[in-house]
Amino acid sequence: MRKYAVEIQGLYKRFGSQQVLDGIDLKVPEGSVLALLGPNGAGKTTLVNIMSTLVTPDAGTLLINGYDVSRERQKVQQSISLTGQFAAVDEVLTAEENLRMICRLSGLTGAEARIRSTELLAYFDLASARSKRAGTFSGGMKRRLDLAISLVVPKPVLFLDEPTTGLDTRSRRALWDMILQLKSQGITIVLTTQYLEEADQLADRIAVLDGGHIVAEGSPEELKSRVGGEVLELRNAEDEVIHRIPTSGSIGDVANTLQELMRQLPTETRVGIHRPNMDEVFIALTEKKMEEIV
Amino acid sequence: MIVKPVHTAKKTSLAVTQSVFIGRSLRHSLRNADAMLMAILLPVLLMLLFTYVFGGAIDSSGDYVNYVVPGIILLCAGFGSSSVAVDVAQDMTNGIIDRFRTMPIRSVSVITGHVVASLARNLLATGVVLAVALLVGFKPTAGILDWVFAVALIALFILAFTWLFAAIGMVAGSPAAAGSYGFALLFLPYLSSAFVKTDTMPEWLQWIASNQPITPVIESLRGLLMGASIREFIGWAIGWCLLILLVSLLWGMWSFRRRAGRR
Repeated sequence: MRKYAVEIQGLYKRFGSQQVLDGIDLKVPEGSVLALLGPNGAGKTTLVNIMSTLVTPDAGTLLINGYDVSRERQKVQQSISLTGQFAAVDEVLTAEENLRMICRLSGLTGAEARIRSTELLAYFDLASARSKRAGTFSGGMKRRLDLAISLVVPKPVLFLDEPTTGLDTRSRRALWDMILQLKSQGITIVLTTQYLEEADQLADRIAVLDGGHIVAEGSPEELKSRVGGEVLELRNAEDEVIHRIPTSGSIGDVANTLQELMRQLPTETRVGIHRPNMDEVFIALTEKKMEEIV
Repeated sequence: MIVKPVHTAKKTSLAVTQSVFIGRSLRHSLRNADAMLMAILLPVLLMLLFTYVFGGAIDSSGDYVNYVVPGIILLCAGFGSSSVAVDVAQDMTNGIIDRFRTMPIRSVSVITGHVVASLARNLLATGVVLAVALLVGFKPTAGILDWVFAVALIALFILAFTWLFAAIGMVAGSPAAAGSYGFALLFLPYLSSAFVKTDTMPEWLQWIASNQPITPVIESLRGLLMGASIREFIGWAIGWCLLILLVSLLWGMWSFRRRAGRR
């Protein structure tokens, strides 16, 4: 039987008159990456806050690493690391002081803290900035320090709330690489994101959250196939789409289809294979809400 | 690899947690020279102002400095304590508080760290103000025991108001908002016997001035330093400080828990 790092059943949370989470069921297998995808205000951060013991749910059960969040809070806290939406670094302290502080708070001795900090600074490419105040760091550096702090004592489950929001493309890709490396070392990662590409690149499974419900869940491929499979797209000389023909994408299937079309269509017709991307999936899954708003 | 646990984490003791947070707050204090300078400079300037500008008009005997210094010391201590509201508000509005809260530690220690640093900072500032006071002619008559009691009273006063402002920092929406509450402690000493005797005030104001918490503390401090009787005031002084401390502690702890996950 496969073990789950996160098991959520019937989770509800209300803030005032707003039902932020309206019956969430979710399972995250150990060692996998789950992306929580959703528009602003969908409840992503609230869900992460509940999973990381910051907020107590109104109803529902939630097991992290097998421990019940409401009854075994300490055990849960020993199993998790949270990197919140805003870089959780002390801006007045230097990078090294930040790391050492968390090392000491995690039960390492002074000497151990020094060794571990040096190790993490090197790994996250921050060695040259070790004695600079974190407040002077760029967004990408702050995030790297943030992630380094989360790994002071590696925990089996890592929560990342919008880890790459506000980063430039290069820093974002560097962070993606690091997240994938952590996954390859067996850490379960739950991340929230508004970037569809990010979910597509990193996640084994994606849960789309909208209006407090999980409206879809599956691998990136499964979600894409829900919107429809691959199509052959034919465009005329004016670059307008004139035909969309479903295809399996295999060379035989494409050749047969094209041979038939050759007889009917002018030779300047252009051909491309279109594969639904995450944007289309996302819009298809959350558009009902948009309609309601309009 | 980086994930391989180098050291298995032991449970962090409260003493270690506490000392790490105190160290953190002391570092913050040392790196925020502006706040420190303000907390010392303002009372010193007020003291010079009252001694040399208003002093002659209030009391032409030239002895006014001995009357006003205890008030200035408390003004310095109170105003200095209020800066803890900014420190706390800064932490409460930064992501770092969520990290502390999700660790298996007593996360409220982050606040006590600020409180201890504030106590150290303000005792130092009080020392500087006292030194300047001696330079401008303050001549206390206190013996060693009086001094010990005086310092203990000042420390208790700082502690009470630091906790009060730590609680204010927790409920304030932003560090800037938290900072602006400090004015209350610049203002409150004027409505007491700090600068003029309360019997020169209109009757309704006299009532306020004699019954507000700062007056007995000032009178006790004045008594201790200048050799007057404190019997009438010391009970009220300690009582007020303990009451403020207790209420602020409860309010602070409650707010800290309530604010979890909300920024």
